[in-house]
Amino acid sequence: MARILINVPPKAKRGDVIEIKTLISHDMESGYRPDNVGKTIPRDIISLFVATYNGAEIFRAELHPAIAANPFLSFTTIATESGRIDFKWTGDNEFLATETALIAVE
Amino acid sequence: MAALARTYRLGEDDDLGIVAGNRICGELSTIAALIATVSIISGWPAIAADILLSERKSGYQFLARETRAMQDDDTANPGMLWVLDGEALWNRKVGKANKSCADCHNDASTSMKGVAARYPAFNEAANRPIDLEQRINICRTDQQNATPLLFESNEMLALAGFVGRQSRGMPIAVSDDERTKPFIQAGRAMFGRRQGQLNLSCAQCHDDNWGAKLAGVSVPQGHPTGYPLYRLEWQAMGSLQRRLRNCLIGMRAQAYTFGAPEYVNLELFLMWRARGMAIETPAVRP
Repeated sequence: MARILINVPPKAKRGDVIEIKTLISHDMESGYRPDNVGKTIPRDIISLFVATYNGAEIFRAELHPAIAANPFLSFTTIATESGRIDFKWTGDNEFLATETALIAVE
Repeated sequence: MAALARTYRLGEDDDLGIVAGNRICGELSTIAALIATVSIISGWPAIAADILLSERKSGYQFLARETRAMQDDDTANPGMLWVLDGEALWNRKVGKANKSCADCHNDASTSMKGVAARYPAFNEAANRPIDLEQRINICRTDQQNATPLLFESNEMLALAGFVGRQSRGMPIAVSDDERTKPFIQAGRAMFGRRQGQLNLSCAQCHDDNWGAKLAGVSVPQGHPTGYPLYRLEWQAMGSLQRRLRNCLIGMRAQAYTFGAPEYVNLELFLMWRARGMAIETPAVRP
């Protein structure tokens, strides 16, 4: 299982702009590198990241072979209501990782 | 554990093959330019003067604001991915003895606090100093009856990172006694010795030219405060020995094999040179 680190403020005031940071362990093998005998290492990357806030999509990122290993994505949203923010990474070789963070909005 | 399964990434420092060619040439030409500049000064000292204790700076102080932010926030620091793996390994039973690290050492946050700040340390059985990675492998073979971990394997970096993390903020305090002094001296001699086709010593960059630029990056003073650390160029965690190998290849010198006593002597000298500075493991560097 991939290691995931998430930073979502546990509490926010309604209407506040909050910063969300996500980090996931992944090789992001570009598909262009040769191994030590000259054979091309097959591509193995995360290709899509989606964040939803109580079910509604708030952020989406398409990732490509030029993205470095262990992608770090940070974005902002407006704290509208208490609930959950779900994160989902999908990619090559049926890669799937999910994580959830809870937020309390006053 | 994806991080553990990760293959060792061929990088500019790791291989002399085609993959590495361009970047090495780039670094070498910069080093060559540096030499061209400094060789104008006649009587270049073979062994440079030590940096005053009060003027020492961690590599952290040469970082860009963004890289500092990565290191400062444990949820943005990619080295923490290895530390988390290390925590899992700490508690996993392995080997014929079916023992985990925790079975002997219990809670790492107390038992391992300050340990990384004391390594390399003198080992009776080896009759010489050993570094933290070698110490971990002694536990693996003698206590857990398991196969030793490979240097630079993700498992080793994870465990060393996890153990190192327990000393974060603590002052580096390697032993400087009768037993370790000859090895510190050997490390110092290596640090001051010109070597490789570029005929450079470590001291020429890290004592005399720190703060200058090499390949667009600041030359740091070379204090090993944050190892194992996450290097953005490696896109991975790496040990101090990997960093030393990287420098040696940049100088066009023959790199030693991982675990070589020459590396451990140099590690010991560098830790002694950084005595009193705070451990930052896992640090982030460009």
